[in-house]
Amino acid sequence: MPSPRIPATALPARSTLLTRALGLSAIVTLGLTTWWGLWVSPPDVVQGQFVRMLYVHPAVATMCYAGFALCALGSLGWLWPRLRSPRWDRLAVAGAEVGAVFCLATLVTGSIWGRATWGVWWTWDARLTLTAILFALSLGYLALRRAIDNPHSRSMVSSMVAMLMVLTVVVDHYATQWWVTLHQNTTLFKPSPTIHGWQLVTMGMSFVAFGLLTAWLMVHRYRLEALEERYDNEGLNAALTARRSEVTAAGAGWGLPAATGPRPVTSSTSGDDAVGRPGAREVATR
Amino acid sequence: MWRDAVLVAGKDLRIELRAKVALNQVVPYALVVLLLFGFAFDQDRPLLEQAAPGLFWMAVLFAGLLSVQRSFSVEASDGAIDGLRMSGLEPAGIFLGKAAAVAVQLVGLEVLLTLGIVVLFHTRLAGAGLMLATALISTACVAAAGVAYGALSMGLRVRETLLPMLLAPVLAPVVLAATQAWRAALGLSGGDGWRWLGLLGCFAAIYLAGGTIGFGALIEET
Repeated sequence: MPSPRIPATALPARSTLLTRALGLSAIVTLGLTTWWGLWVSPPDVVQGQFVRMLYVHPAVATMCYAGFALCALGSLGWLWPRLRSPRWDRLAVAGAEVGAVFCLATLVTGSIWGRATWGVWWTWDARLTLTAILFALSLGYLALRRAIDNPHSRSMVSSMVAMLMVLTVVVDHYATQWWVTLHQNTTLFKPSPTIHGWQLVTMGMSFVAFGLLTAWLMVHRYRLEALEERYDNEGLNAALTARRSEVTAAGAGWGLPAATGPRPVTSSTSGDDAVGRPGAREVATR
Repeated sequence: MWRDAVLVAGKDLRIELRAKVALNQVVPYALVVLLLFGFAFDQDRPLLEQAAPGLFWMAVLFAGLLSVQRSFSVEASDGAIDGLRMSGLEPAGIFLGKAAAVAVQLVGLEVLLTLGIVVLFHTRLAGAGLMLATALISTACVAAAGVAYGALSMGLRVRETLLPMLLAPVLAPVVLAATQAWRAALGLSGGDGWRWLGLLGCFAAIYLAGGTIGFGALIEET
């Protein structure tokens, strides 16, 4: 079943006042996080200056989960027959790409922090291993999407793969509770956070900043996907129009009746291989 | 559904029995992998004894990838999959049948690989019950996930490279849990192997349920 056509006016091709405001807010809050994190917040009693990784790593990891959760939501929306729409698929691909980027950032920042606190770049800890598996799964998901040309098949198959990916997210999140790991447990999201003062404020700001950045990236990736769909559909329409004009002109030259109006396209009239074969012109004008 | 599964499993196993691809290519490949692991560890006997369960399950993973690819290359050639689609067999039955055929081949391979690690890595077998249960459940995981992802990548141009990329991360937790269960069974670690077996059971349930539910849509779309 072909994917529904995308209306040409479904989304504006350029950014809007809202998206510009979102981007500007992300820049301002990221700037504040950097300023407070590097200059205002004091060093930690135990971790010293390395505590400043706290203002990047947890927020980035949370945005990774958020991206994959949005991917799962979009996939579920697509799989649900009553809700099925290209919008859900766009949400899924945007979430997966943003999640993959933040997942890589989580691994890199976690590795740097691990080197500073544990003395090693990598350890075979449950949380770290599951995050690495999650990153590999997200790369597989994105590779799968690139490998399937038919939009409906792509959406259906990738939605099913995304459902498995989100299970890994859940296990990864609870890994520090289910297994004995080196990775520390939740610091912020519990009744009495274990950090205070400027450290708490800066960490909170980092979540706001990376949250805004994620929202901005999601909006633009969603729009890009819609524009790609529109390009594919309109590109096909333009090619069909050009081909019909060519056929009409050729028919007039051979004294055949001119082709009028749209008609079903078959592989023999639309494929490149028809051109140049004996009888190709006759097939095309039939 | 079960009758369809038996039919499909019988068909796949008969094809393998006649073509002997698993016997002539997959088994030698898995044994060569074991030999290469020996070279990689520089024939360090204590290290090889310690690492034997992990190396065994890595060899099973590699051979499993080949078995799954083989299982679907048979269907892809001459449009055989269209025949399966139009045969009226239940998709869940096709899934279970293909998974059972891959699992039977893998169990045979695992017997040979077990002899391989005994001979090459000097592994002393112990905890037979835990080892056997782990092998059976892990094989079910590899076969179920493999067949689901094999169906998914069957119609794609880049299936040879995409299938390992998709399947390896999915099976990584299975390899990890199976290795830990075998290490416990062989007395190489103090962990509780039965807990790892429980985790493997969860994976097997998820992969089998997911494949049974989604296989129809997968073979329709690919």
